[in-house]
Amino acid sequence: MGASRGGDESTSSSSQARRISRRGALKTGLAGAAAGAGLLTVGGIPAARAAGSDRPIRIGFQVHRTGIGAVYGRWYERTANAAAAYINELGGIAGRPVELVAEDDGTDPRRGAEVVEKLATREQVDFVYGTLFSHVVIGSAPRAGELKIPYFVVSEGYHVASGKLNRYVFQPGITDVRSQITAVAGWMMGNLGKKVAMIFPDYAFGYDHRDFLSAAVEAGGGTVTARIAIPPTETAYSKYFPRIPADTEVLYHVMVGPGVLTFVREMGEHFGSRRPAVFGFVDSLEGVPMTSPGLEFLDGTYLWEAMPRQAGQYDTPHERFYRERVGVGPDGASIRDPKDVSTYSHMFGCWETLFAIKEAVEQSGYRDPTPADRKALIETLEGFHGFNEGRSHPQGPKVFDGRLHQCFGQQFVSKVNAGKLEVVHRTAIEDSRYEPAADYTKMAL
Amino acid sequence: MSTSSARIWLLHAAVLLALLLAQPLLPEYHYVNVARILVLACYAVGYNVLLGYTGLMSLGHAMFFALGMYGAGLPVYYHGVGALPALALGVAASALGAALFGLIALRTRGVAFLIVTMMFGQAFHLTLLHFNVYTLGDQGFILSETIRTLDVAGAAFDLADSRVKYNAALGVFSVCLLASLLLVRSPVGRVLVAIRENEDRTRLLGYNTYLARLLALTVSGTIAGAAGATYALLFSYVGASFASILHSIYPLLWTLLGGAGTTLGPLLGTGLMFYLEIYARDLTTAYLVVVGAVLLVLVLWAPRGILGTLRDRKARWLP
Amino acid sequence: MSLGPHLLLALLEGLVGACVLALTALGLALVFGVMRIVNVAHGEFFMLGAVIAAACAGLVGDPPWLAFGCALLVAPLAVAAVATAADWAVLRRVRYDPESTIVATIGLLYIVQQSVLVLHGPDARAVPAPFYVRLDLGWFGYNGYKLMVAGAAVTLLLAVWLGLGRTRLGLYMRATQQDREMATALGVPVRRVYATVFALGAALAAVAGVLVVPIQQAHYLMGLDPLLLSFIVVIVGGLGSLKGAVIAAFVIGVSDGFVSVLFSPTLAKILATLLVAMVLVVRPRGLFGTSEA
Repeated sequence: MGASRGGDESTSSSSQARRISRRGALKTGLAGAAAGAGLLTVGGIPAARAAGSDRPIRIGFQVHRTGIGAVYGRWYERTANAAAAYINELGGIAGRPVELVAEDDGTDPRRGAEVVEKLATREQVDFVYGTLFSHVVIGSAPRAGELKIPYFVVSEGYHVASGKLNRYVFQPGITDVRSQITAVAGWMMGNLGKKVAMIFPDYAFGYDHRDFLSAAVEAGGGTVTARIAIPPTETAYSKYFPRIPADTEVLYHVMVGPGVLTFVREMGEHFGSRRPAVFGFVDSLEGVPMTSPGLEFLDGTYLWEAMPRQAGQYDTPHERFYRERVGVGPDGASIRDPKDVSTYSHMFGCWETLFAIKEAVEQSGYRDPTPADRKALIETLEGFHGFNEGRSHPQGPKVFDGRLHQCFGQQFVSKVNAGKLEVVHRTAIEDSRYEPAADYTKMAL
Repeated sequence: MSTSSARIWLLHAAVLLALLLAQPLLPEYHYVNVARILVLACYAVGYNVLLGYTGLMSLGHAMFFALGMYGAGLPVYYHGVGALPALALGVAASALGAALFGLIALRTRGVAFLIVTMMFGQAFHLTLLHFNVYTLGDQGFILSETIRTLDVAGAAFDLADSRVKYNAALGVFSVCLLASLLLVRSPVGRVLVAIRENEDRTRLLGYNTYLARLLALTVSGTIAGAAGATYALLFSYVGASFASILHSIYPLLWTLLGGAGTTLGPLLGTGLMFYLEIYARDLTTAYLVVVGAVLLVLVLWAPRGILGTLRDRKARWLP
Repeated sequence: MSLGPHLLLALLEGLVGACVLALTALGLALVFGVMRIVNVAHGEFFMLGAVIAAACAGLVGDPPWLAFGCALLVAPLAVAAVATAADWAVLRRVRYDPESTIVATIGLLYIVQQSVLVLHGPDARAVPAPFYVRLDLGWFGYNGYKLMVAGAAVTLLLAVWLGLGRTRLGLYMRATQQDREMATALGVPVRRVYATVFALGAALAAVAGVLVVPIQQAHYLMGLDPLLLSFIVVIVGGLGSLKGAVIAAFVIGVSDGFVSVLFSPTLAKILATLLVAMVLVVRPRGLFGTSEA
């Protein structure tokens, strides 16, 4: 797949990377001392910078530790730390250790921009990475662009590929919502029915689903029988279900936020056994045990997954390796706490993005946060065509579109069976492609 | 009176001059932070006109901030309006909004006024979310890079440049601060303070207290809107989270901390809280607990805030 | 679904929603009625109740009714203790000044919310209902526990109403509400009445949280919405009037059941919020009684 050399270990094989790596080995002592000095500054510049290319690669990690995104944030942080630890075991990036500098943004766009500022100018990180919620991405991206710091988001929003961000923003580790919908809509209509009623949250994330699924359904010869938008603060859902017309064949749902369990439970109470086929996005149930009270109703319904939560459903050595390293058990919960369920269909993006950064750094010869090095990194990344499946990309192979700064990958459809998610269909990468609407490579750097 | 007056103007000039001259000394990180603080401090300066000098507590000021923000941001987004006209539109939108709101809400006072502001603020926030087609709702939007230059007297400034951000923020802040100083030192300002102390007596003295309060609310909302418009233009993001109720609590906190009813209090309070939050975040996940703790400390031991306490104890001449 | 069942569902949801609203607002109405202060931390007391229920469910486990019973005992006591501490440490010292109290309770809001974030974490936790019955009404099914919540709300409202009318504490409260100075002169221990009322209001919010959490989820940010809804109910109903608050809860709950089914729910919320603001604007004195200048 084009520029990627894939392979399990992603060891640096280019001569340049090897050279840096050797030099790195000679000067580890100095780099270590500088790293130990931490934030001690010399004339406003962290001492670590003085060590030049042998200092660690510092990656700012913008994380939702608090606010509405905190459940995702916790797993994003675990995954990112696991990925960084593994990369360091492999010898780091271009022979240099990786250091994550995490900072909470409270899932708030104003703080998001301030965090980018702090990471870039005070912590002097090489890149900023890890943002999930779309409004935080959109609020932070302009400042990243102004600071000309590469900004890698793990958001699954359609904002990157829509072209409304800037040339410094990339999403190489997780697919966007438009491609996910495009990929699974065909299967849904072919197997469950063509008369679709939609229930989605009454805000931007929901509108992406509304618009792209409507388009896909109509393109596939189906009809949308109802579009039901539910306010994000809603706590009771029963009153919405009567709006679903009786001739509906498929009920399509995607809800996020703390109300999702109530939503599913009340959907179950309302319909009982006389329900249409149900197809949902696992976003509704990320971080939620499938054994939660009320979820019995989901038995026999279908869910999109980006990466199967249940072990053995996509059984590759890479997936097993990744699961073990992040500390996720067979049911998708933390090994230490069975109630602490992961956000398995999103967090792999943190793992894969870090490896995408690694590959881009090593192939571009990036050393320091200078304009020239950043330019080389961005142009190298834009030249990538994809990533091979492997330990570095356990979710599956990826196609990368340099114009869109966005990757494309396989998707899964799973059926709920006695509280377990069993994969019934895997889409091809081609199923998720759409007509590109942007070309970042034409923007100024 | 005249020496005190000279002292007051000198103090404000010195503060602004210090902010102007401090630029080369500020490291990049703090440089842009201070620019942010200056913009947010405008918001607090506006809030202070209402709370500090008129005695009206609002929990809906995010509405005015957001009016300025969207008033400036939407014309840029849809029609590519330039930065300065956008700023003017944002300020005009918030001025109009504040005046209209005042016509309705100022029939109430005290706790009722506070709840009315909160309800209107909440309704405005929901409206931004509901008309997502136009406002782009919770996700918000980015002001395109093509308009991010400021043309002043033939010279073009790049708004992405930290120096331009800082000086633009300082410029807007200076205007807002001096406007508030002029207002509170004017005869109208004294009427406002009289209303704060005892509205009935002020009315009996023959003043139209309703009009005075309407003026205060309009000025307050306009300054808050100027802050919102400036924020949108300097940091190129417009989003509904700026209209949420939590964003209405902040200027209250900043003003109370610095000292309600002191012209420089809002700046001090905003700056202190900004950094206090950042350092608290290094210590604990629950860093917002400092917001609560500061509010309780203020209520219990320093209801007049830092500069208000200073004025009580040492410098009675502080405006 | 045909019109009949549709209306039946709207009515059912509306009535249950109204009971939940009345239950949520009860504590706020009581505190405002007697003490003339706005407790902005009311929603956090509700949240604390819900979170304590989730903690009980985690500790006690099965059977769910036992965990629920524990929560119903522990939550009001614990939350009343928090409220008493806040009353003693803060509110009493600012002499229940309306604006200082608002600022103080905003501070309390943050402290409670962030403490829960630290102790309980950011997750939304489902709490099992003490019993689960799905009532099959032919056209659609309905959660039997929701009807129990409605029943409990009615019982609590009656209890508070009777308590106000028939007990010495109730007499003290009404006396304090009508004229604080006169009550003091007549030997009513006003300070103790205030502390009791504030704790009682918090306990009621906590009970509401425990009762409601099985049909929602426990989450540290869940307090804001109940707070705003309670404001709406208390204001429309006339501040300080329990009867008014109950009527308001039913009007708002039932009309919300219909309006948000027929129109956009967000639009319904905007209109309701503006309506409340206008009620205050048009009749501030009437609704606030005479204590406002």
